[in-house]
Amino acid sequence: MSHTLVNVPIVPLPEGIVAVVKAECETCVLVAPVLRQLRQSGVALTVYTQDDPTFPADLDPQLDEDLSVSYHHAIETVPTLIKVEGGAEAARTVGWLRTSWEELTGVDDLGPGLPEQRPGCGSLSVDPDMVDVLAVRFGGSVLRSRRVEIAALEDEAEALFDRGWTDGLPVVAPTEARVLRMLQGTTRAPDDLVAVVPPDLVECTVEKVAINAVMAGAKPEYMPVILAALEVACTDEFNIHGVLATTMPVGPVVIVNGPIRKAIGMNSGGNVLGQGNRANLAIGRALQLIIRNVGGGRPGGVDRAAHGNPGKLSFCFAEDEEGSPWESLAVERGYSPDASTVTLFPGEGPRCVVDQLAREPEPLARTLAACLRTVQHPKLPLGFDAILVLGPEHARVFKEAGWSKQQVKDAIMSHLQLPGSEIVRGADGISEGIPEHLRDLTLPKFRPGGLLLVHAGGGAGLFSAIIGGWANGDTGSQPTTREVRA
Amino acid sequence: MTIVLDPTGEQVPAERALLQRPPSIEGRTIGLLDISKPRGNIFLDRLQQRLEAAGARVERFKKPTFTKPAPVDLRHEIATKCDLVIEALAD
Repeated sequence: MSHTLVNVPIVPLPEGIVAVVKAECETCVLVAPVLRQLRQSGVALTVYTQDDPTFPADLDPQLDEDLSVSYHHAIETVPTLIKVEGGAEAARTVGWLRTSWEELTGVDDLGPGLPEQRPGCGSLSVDPDMVDVLAVRFGGSVLRSRRVEIAALEDEAEALFDRGWTDGLPVVAPTEARVLRMLQGTTRAPDDLVAVVPPDLVECTVEKVAINAVMAGAKPEYMPVILAALEVACTDEFNIHGVLATTMPVGPVVIVNGPIRKAIGMNSGGNVLGQGNRANLAIGRALQLIIRNVGGGRPGGVDRAAHGNPGKLSFCFAEDEEGSPWESLAVERGYSPDASTVTLFPGEGPRCVVDQLAREPEPLARTLAACLRTVQHPKLPLGFDAILVLGPEHARVFKEAGWSKQQVKDAIMSHLQLPGSEIVRGADGISEGIPEHLRDLTLPKFRPGGLLLVHAGGGAGLFSAIIGGWANGDTGSQPTTREVRA
Repeated sequence: MTIVLDPTGEQVPAERALLQRPPSIEGRTIGLLDISKPRGNIFLDRLQQRLEAAGARVERFKKPTFTKPAPVDLRHEIATKCDLVIEALAD
């Protein structure tokens, strides 16, 4: 943890030699006679004790009761011995190592009869129970958000619901300690601007992202992915304003590629689009909470969805790159396999494609095409993109036939060339369709690049999933990818 | 007490705004909620006289016990019947 502070005066250490100890540390007890030896030899010694004000005896220890000395001077181990010259730290050593102590103090023959060295113990100021408390006590001023008091008799969860800050499920209360801990997950400063968030077009800082990430149940290590997802969402290309405001049932679908998937424990296997994985769920939820809370985008307000879909709570998953026969979605989109990326897609809820008799690639391509044709409407071409989440058992059929990813897409698209006469308005007794003047054309179901293929899912089941999109192109939303940075 | 950090864009006040005071109580229905503290009813009887003299209509309600929050049904009944409510503590 960083000990760099903003706006908190650091108490300077006294000149000479400073020792920081605690009574419950055996090494500190071991070196107590050495400290007395230093005092007797004329060294200007000041001893700070973290727990027992009477330890070490005969050395007039100063009690570091609020641990401010330990915190401000980054004491991680006791005993720590610091040499102070001209008000500044000139040298320090931790634990007991005779040669280091002698070098630092300039006194020879320290601790006769003691072993040559003993490791120290953890400082109370880095005790897991104390770290966040101290961060708030001494470092909290880095946070600029308005403080809101929840009275002792209020239920925390209810109070957060009442303020309209939740997506309908309980959230974790964003206390200062939790938000500071969340900020440890990124190297970016709390006041760094991440994006201007629609619909209210509010400047969103890293701090606001961290607050909403806490509420969503995220861990600090998810922060880089959440930050990247928010940046992508707020680009003109992805157009979260439109995705939010539309009457169609779409929300931001976040697909994660690259090493960070495994590093933060994301799921790309069984139940990949379902419940149960904290990283998948919390990242998607954090993004939606930011859009709700910072951007002001709420159902019934700017969110005008006629039906919505449960994925608007959270829809985030990782690609199974290790099990895939092909290059990943991110590599296809121009990124290195070593890069971690997020790709956002304006998606509705997923639906299942069943073909349990698939053994040959061509018939399976026909199945996938037949199901993909129904995205939004079987008679509507070109207007909507789609993600095909190919399950491992379906992908294996193509793999065993030696098909490349492009071959799979080409085969599917070859069965999605729709004759105008079949999809014109009124055809099949269905009013919806293309205008009459396009009757003589043959139109592809998806525009070039409009069919995205991702490999994910459990190892058993000859199934895939389709995630239908929203209005594509410059006036709608484009699938958009960015690299995840720290 | 827990202190949390505001997750919003801070475009609106954190405190819930008070409703506007009505310009007059004449013709309004005012609910008087007796929380079942001893002699609270005597205080409310006098309030009712004063309010009715000022032209208000008064509805009386009573909580089963002062130790617990008002039941949901009772709160709903007050909300649907009344324009204003006076909830008085006793003792």
